[in-house]
Amino acid sequence: MTFAPMSGVALDAPAPVGFAEKIWRINWGLVLVLTAIAGVGVLALYSAAGGRFEPWAARHAVRYGSALMLMLVVAMVHPRIWLALAWPIYVLSLLLLIAVDVIGKIGMGAQRWLVVGPMQIQPSEIAKVAVILVLARYYHGLRKEQASQFLYTLPPLLVILAVVGLVMVQPDLGTAMMVLMGGGALLFVAGVRIWMFLAAGVAAVACLPVAWSFMHEYQRKRVLTFLDPDRDPLGAGYHITQSKIAIGSGGLFGKGFLKGTQSSLNFLPEKQTDFIFTTFVEEWGMAGACVLLALFSLVLIWGFAIAFRSHHHFGRLLALGVTAMMFLYVFINTAMVMGLLPVVGVPLPLVSNGGTALVSVMFACGLLIGVNVYRDAQLPRTR
Amino acid sequence: MKHFRKGDGERSGLFTRRALLLGGAQAVLLTALAGRLYQLQVIETQRFATLAEENRINLRLLPPSRGLIFDRTGQPLAVNRNNFRAMATSDRGRGADVLVERLDQIVGLGETEKNRLLRELRRSRNAQPVVVRENLGWEEVARLEFNAPDLPGVFIDLGQSRDYPEGELMSHLVGYTGRVSDEDLAGRDDPVLQLATMRFGKKGVERSLEDDLRGRAGAVQVEVNAVGRVVRELDRTEGQPGSNALLTIDLDLQRFVAERIKDHQSGSVVVMDVVTGDVIAMVSTPGFDPSTFARGITQAEWRDLLDNPERPLHNKAIAGVYPPGSTYKMVTALAALESKAIDPYTRLPCTGFLELGNIKFHCWMKGGHGSTNVTEAIAASCDCFFYEAARRAGIDRISDMAQRLGFGRVSELGLPGESAANQPSRAWKQEKLGKPWQHGDTFNLGIGQGYMTATPLQLAIMTARIANGGYEVQPNLLLAKATPREELAPPPPRIRPTAPSLRLNPQHLQLIRQGMTDVVNSGHGTANHLRQRDPAFVFAGKTGTAQVKRITERERDMGITQASLPWHLRHHALFVCYGPVENPRYACAVIIEHGMAGGATAGPIGRDVLVETIKRDPSRRTDGFRKMASR
Repeated sequence: MTFAPMSGVALDAPAPVGFAEKIWRINWGLVLVLTAIAGVGVLALYSAAGGRFEPWAARHAVRYGSALMLMLVVAMVHPRIWLALAWPIYVLSLLLLIAVDVIGKIGMGAQRWLVVGPMQIQPSEIAKVAVILVLARYYHGLRKEQASQFLYTLPPLLVILAVVGLVMVQPDLGTAMMVLMGGGALLFVAGVRIWMFLAAGVAAVACLPVAWSFMHEYQRKRVLTFLDPDRDPLGAGYHITQSKIAIGSGGLFGKGFLKGTQSSLNFLPEKQTDFIFTTFVEEWGMAGACVLLALFSLVLIWGFAIAFRSHHHFGRLLALGVTAMMFLYVFINTAMVMGLLPVVGVPLPLVSNGGTALVSVMFACGLLIGVNVYRDAQLPRTR
Repeated sequence: MKHFRKGDGERSGLFTRRALLLGGAQAVLLTALAGRLYQLQVIETQRFATLAEENRINLRLLPPSRGLIFDRTGQPLAVNRNNFRAMATSDRGRGADVLVERLDQIVGLGETEKNRLLRELRRSRNAQPVVVRENLGWEEVARLEFNAPDLPGVFIDLGQSRDYPEGELMSHLVGYTGRVSDEDLAGRDDPVLQLATMRFGKKGVERSLEDDLRGRAGAVQVEVNAVGRVVRELDRTEGQPGSNALLTIDLDLQRFVAERIKDHQSGSVVVMDVVTGDVIAMVSTPGFDPSTFARGITQAEWRDLLDNPERPLHNKAIAGVYPPGSTYKMVTALAALESKAIDPYTRLPCTGFLELGNIKFHCWMKGGHGSTNVTEAIAASCDCFFYEAARRAGIDRISDMAQRLGFGRVSELGLPGESAANQPSRAWKQEKLGKPWQHGDTFNLGIGQGYMTATPLQLAIMTARIANGGYEVQPNLLLAKATPREELAPPPPRIRPTAPSLRLNPQHLQLIRQGMTDVVNSGHGTANHLRQRDPAFVFAGKTGTAQVKRITERERDMGITQASLPWHLRHHALFVCYGPVENPRYACAVIIEHGMAGGATAGPIGRDVLVETIKRDPSRRTDGFRKMASR
C-alpha cells in the first residue's frame, strides 16, 4: 500500500497540535471517572482488610497514582510510535508468555507470573494490549474489500489464537476468553464477514469436546458447577454460593461501610481480588453496584465516542479494542461473582487488588486517550 | 487525499455500524447484569440474608462437667482431670485430607486414627469440632501451636477426662465412660450427646447414674468465620454440671475385702446393710484397669480382657450365676414350714441317702445324720432332711418362697448387666425344656442344685431378708446425690427397715436363724471353726458347696477328690452370713469359684469380712450394737 498522494488540498491537513492543545485534549472527565472507580477500589479493599489500609487499600492507591502517571505519558505518545511498536510489543509478549509457561512460578494453581527484579509481571496482561495494537495496525493497513476477504482474516486469527493458546496452557481460562472475545470484537468492527463469525461459532461448538479434554480437572469442575451449582454446594460451588449470599444479603442499600459480614469473616474466597465486587456490593447494596456499573458504563461511552471521533482507522480500532477489553473485564468479573458465568479468575479493573492488571488497564486507557489527543493525526497505511 | 478520504469513509461507515451494534450488545449485557443484581438484592434478598446469618452464627454447646463419685466416707472414686486435646473443624470436609496429613506429620496419628479423623471430619455438621487427640502432653501442645498457621481449623481445647483413682478396686462398681454410641442415644434427645468430646457411662455406676452425672449443657452463640474459627462470642448460657454422687460403698472395707480374697483366682463378695439395703462392699476378682478405657482401649487389650477365662470384665457379684447349693436350704426350710409340710418339731431321718424310685440321692455325710429337726438340719446341712422337706413342700411353694427372698429376678440395684439367674418352676421347665417337672427335680432344688442358679447378690439379699426379720429390703448403691450447689451428705442413719414385710412367720424365721447361728456356733455346725468369742462379733452363717462336676461312685472309689480335679471342674465354695446375731445389721455373701469347699474356703473370708464390717463402722451402729460395744 502506498501513501495517498498529497495533493494541493493539503489545507485539509490539520495544523500541528501544540503541547497545551494536547493537554487540553486529554479527556479529563474520563480521568476523573477512572479515579472515581479506583476510589471505589480503595474503599472496598479497606473494608476487605477489616477496616485497615494495610495490606491492600494503601498500596492500591499508590499503584493507581503511578499508573495514572503512566497513562498520561502513554496518552502523549504519538500513534505513529504505537504503529511502529505494535509488532515488537506483540512478539515480546509472546516470548514472555512462553517464558512464563516454561519457568513460570506456581501461583493459585496456575503459572501466570514472571518475576523480574522486585516485580511480578503477568505477560498475559501485556498480551491483551499487544493483540489490540497488532490487530488495529493490521486492519489500519487494509482496504475495506481486503478486510472482508477470508484470506486476509487468517493472519489476525493466528495473532489471536497464538496468544489464546499460550494463555490456555498456563492455564488462564479468563484471559483466554477475554483475548478471544476482544479480538473477535475487533475483527467484527474491522469488517470481517458475518458468515465467518457464524462458521467460527460452529467450529467452536464442534471443538468443545476437544477443549474439554484439554481442561484441567478444576476447570471442568468449575464449568460443571456453573451449569449446575447444586452439584457440589460445599465444594466447587462454594465460591459462587457464598458470593451470591453476600451480594443477596446486601439488599437494596447494603449493610453499610465496614459492616459486611460475609467477606470480613472469610466466607468469601479471594475477597480482595476476583471477588472484590462482592465485598463492595455487600456493604453498599444494589445502589452502590449501580453507581459502580454506571461509572464503568461512562468509561465505555467515552471509549466509543473517542473511537467515533478518530480520523484514522488505527485510532478507531485501538479505541474500540480498549473499550471492548474494558467491557469484557467488567462483564466477565461481575457476571462471574453473581453466578452468571463460571468462575474464571478475571479481576475487576481498577478495583481488584493486583498491580499488573491495574497497569495494563491504565496503559490501555492511555492508548485510548492518546487516540483522542491525536485524533486528527495522519497515519501512513503501511503493511 | 480524496481517494484516501473516500476509502476511509467507507471503512468508517462500516466501522460505525458495527461498533454501534457492538455497543448495543454491551448495553444489553450490562442491563442483564443490573437485572441479576435486582434479582439477587431485591427479590431474593430475604433468603440470602437468612443464609448469611446462618453462615455466621454458630451455636456451640458447652459440655457440662461430669458429676463426681465418692464412697460413703467422701473418698473420691471418679473425678475429672484436665485434658488438653487437639480439636479440628474443617470447612465442611474441605481440605480434610491435607489437614490430616499435616497433623500426622506433626503429632503422628497412624493409619487407623487418620481414617477415623477423616471420617469424622467429613461427617461433622455445622463445623462442630472433632477430637484429633486427647491427653496431649506439653510438648505436643507446643508443637501444634507452633505449626498453627499450617493447620487451619485446628485448636487446642481444655476439656476434662475421667480419672479413677482407685483403679481396679472399684472397676466393676464405678465402671467407665466411653464415646457416645448409637444405642446410648436411643430415647435420649439431649443435644449435648452429639458433641464429639462427650462421654457416656458404659458400665457400673457411670452407666446407672448416667442421666444424673451428665448435667445440662450450656450453649454459647459465636460468630465464626469460614474455617470455623470463633471470631467473637455473642451470647452465653451457662450449663449445669452433673450431680455428684455418694455411693453406699465403704472404700476402706472394699479394700479390705479385695485384699482378703486376692489369693483366690476368681471370686466375689457382697456386703449389705440388712436394714437399709446399702451395699457396703462389692468385690469381684479379677477386675480391670478402667484407665485403659478412659484413654481409649486398644483392640489387643480388649481381646485380652474378653479371652481371659477369669472374665475380668464380668462383675461376678451381680452377673455370675452359680448353683447356690446348701445356702439355699433356708428357702426350702421356710417354704416347708410355711406350708406346714413340716413343723418345728418334725424330725426326719438321714441314712446317708434317700431313694426315689431307683435313683439314690446322697447326703454329703456318708453315714448319714440320723434324725434331725429343721434347726439341726441347717446347722449340720443334712441333705436328706431337705430332700424330704422339699418333697413335702412341693416345687410351687419352694419357688414362691425363693422369689419372695429375691431369687430369680433382677434386684433394684440398678447396675447394668445384673443377671436374674434362674429360679426354676414347673412352668419354667415346661417352657424351656418341654418336659414336666419331676420329683427328682424337686429333690435337687431342695439342696440348691439342679436347675437352680443364683448370683452372689441374690444370696446376700436372701440372707439380709432373713436377718432383718423378713423385710423385703432391696440392695442400694446410691447413698445420696446432689448438684454441686447443694450439700452432698448422707441421709440420717436408719435402724428399722422401711421395706414392706414379706409376712414370714417370726417363729419360723427364728428357727432358721437359730440354725444359721448353730452352723458357726454349735459343735455340730458345719462351720464351727469360724466361731467368734467376742460377743460383739458373734455371727450366723451357712456354708454351701456347689457341684460343677459330679464325682461318680466309681471315681470316688478310684480316689479322685476335688483337689485332684482341674481347677475349672472343682466345686464352687459358697458362704453366706450375717451379724451380729443379737441385732443383725450386715449380711455377707462369698463365692470363691472352684474353691472346693464352702466352709473351708469361703467361710473364713466371710467371717473376716463380716467382723471387719462390724468393727469399722461407727456411723452405722444400731442400738444393739452400741449396747454391745459399751459392754
